[in-house]
Amino acid sequence: MEFFALAGQNLLSPIVLSFVLGFAAALARSDLTIPEAVAKGLSIYLLFAIGIKGGVGVAESGLSPLVISSLVAGFVLSAAFPFLAFALLRVLSRLSVTDAAAVAGHYGSISIVTFVAMTSVLDGQGVPFEGHMVAVAAVMEAPAILSALFIASTRGAGRKISGELLHEVMLNSSIVLLVGSFIIGWVTGPAGLERIEAFVVSPFQGVLCLFLLDMGLLAGRGIRESRGTLSGGLVIFGCVMPLVGGAIGLGTGWLLGLSTGGIALLTTLCASASYIAVPAAMRVALPEANPSVYLTLSLGITFPFNLTAGLAIYFALARMIGG
Amino acid sequence: MRTHAAKRIEIIIEAPLLRRLTRLLDEAGAPGYTVLPVLAGSGVSGPWTRDGQVSAAGGMCTVIMVTTPEKAEALMQAAFEIVEPHIGIVSMTDCEVLRPELFDRSAGES
Repeated sequence: MEFFALAGQNLLSPIVLSFVLGFAAALARSDLTIPEAVAKGLSIYLLFAIGIKGGVGVAESGLSPLVISSLVAGFVLSAAFPFLAFALLRVLSRLSVTDAAAVAGHYGSISIVTFVAMTSVLDGQGVPFEGHMVAVAAVMEAPAILSALFIASTRGAGRKISGELLHEVMLNSSIVLLVGSFIIGWVTGPAGLERIEAFVVSPFQGVLCLFLLDMGLLAGRGIRESRGTLSGGLVIFGCVMPLVGGAIGLGTGWLLGLSTGGIALLTTLCASASYIAVPAAMRVALPEANPSVYLTLSLGITFPFNLTAGLAIYFALARMIGG
Repeated sequence: MRTHAAKRIEIIIEAPLLRRLTRLLDEAGAPGYTVLPVLAGSGVSGPWTRDGQVSAAGGMCTVIMVTTPEKAEALMQAAFEIVEPHIGIVSMTDCEVLRPELFDRSAGES
């Protein structure tokens, strides 16, 4: 009963409704658009704000073995998920090795906006979470890309992983901004946050709404323009893989001894799929893979699924096992 | 006004590959180039737009350069090496320029 109340609350929250507005506007072929520069500005703001807040959280709680074990777990999970996703894709779809490897890479990496949306749910419920989960998010961005390229290359597809590609993957803008702002928050602590609170904390929810409006527009446009690209099996994969990944994240969070909020965040990270860092890396390293498959699946199926149903499920399960 | 024959090479390339392309053009002796953003378009994979995009993955760029007819072939080859497995267009057209020395780096060096 509590789950349905939470799911209803989540569905009627400003962030989900903003996403729905964008999605509906795109499907209805409205001329509503967010300019590229504004969308990038909003994303920089969100990454910066969440990084600062995470760093301040660690400054308050201090470094503990839990931080190290969470980071290691995040790295291992991100590297391992593409193998699981690839195997699932080979069962559920008829994608080529290259396409399946590219899609698998997206599901090992993470969606920082889904993570941010979960922090918003936790804040709304008054549930605290470990600040270092932001660093875990940053750690989980890149390993999946390398695993996906490994899968492709061992099956005769893809290219050699060059030093240049490795540099781009490890130092992509999301990772640099998240880690950098996390360190700023950690170094400056609560006193530093107090000085920029009016910019970093208060407008956060409103900016998140605008960003999700843009995500809705992109997802709706992607679904509209790629009709027929995704088979039934792929759509099933887009909804099942988050649940499988989320279940593994849930168990890992519990084994690590994270708080209820921390378990919910790790579950969300494991359940989400990338649509920023991984697509760019795949265009460079696996150009033969069809971008409309992995982008539509990640942004048009998994992201809306997580936002509308997944977050409530993951939070309810985290509360169940986290107490 | 006296004009001189030159070649104009235009490369439309995926945004994530831009840095690789310009580096290769520099190595191939390109006299210079101009990079322009591309807003939207339509091709084999259907229509696309940069509106609202956060990732570079769906974006395209245009690289334009003017060079001497002698150097054009090598630069086209360098550009094609990068674009070949990717989405993009490489084209070359004849054009006329007023100051040919600007488009021939070797002339300035000799």
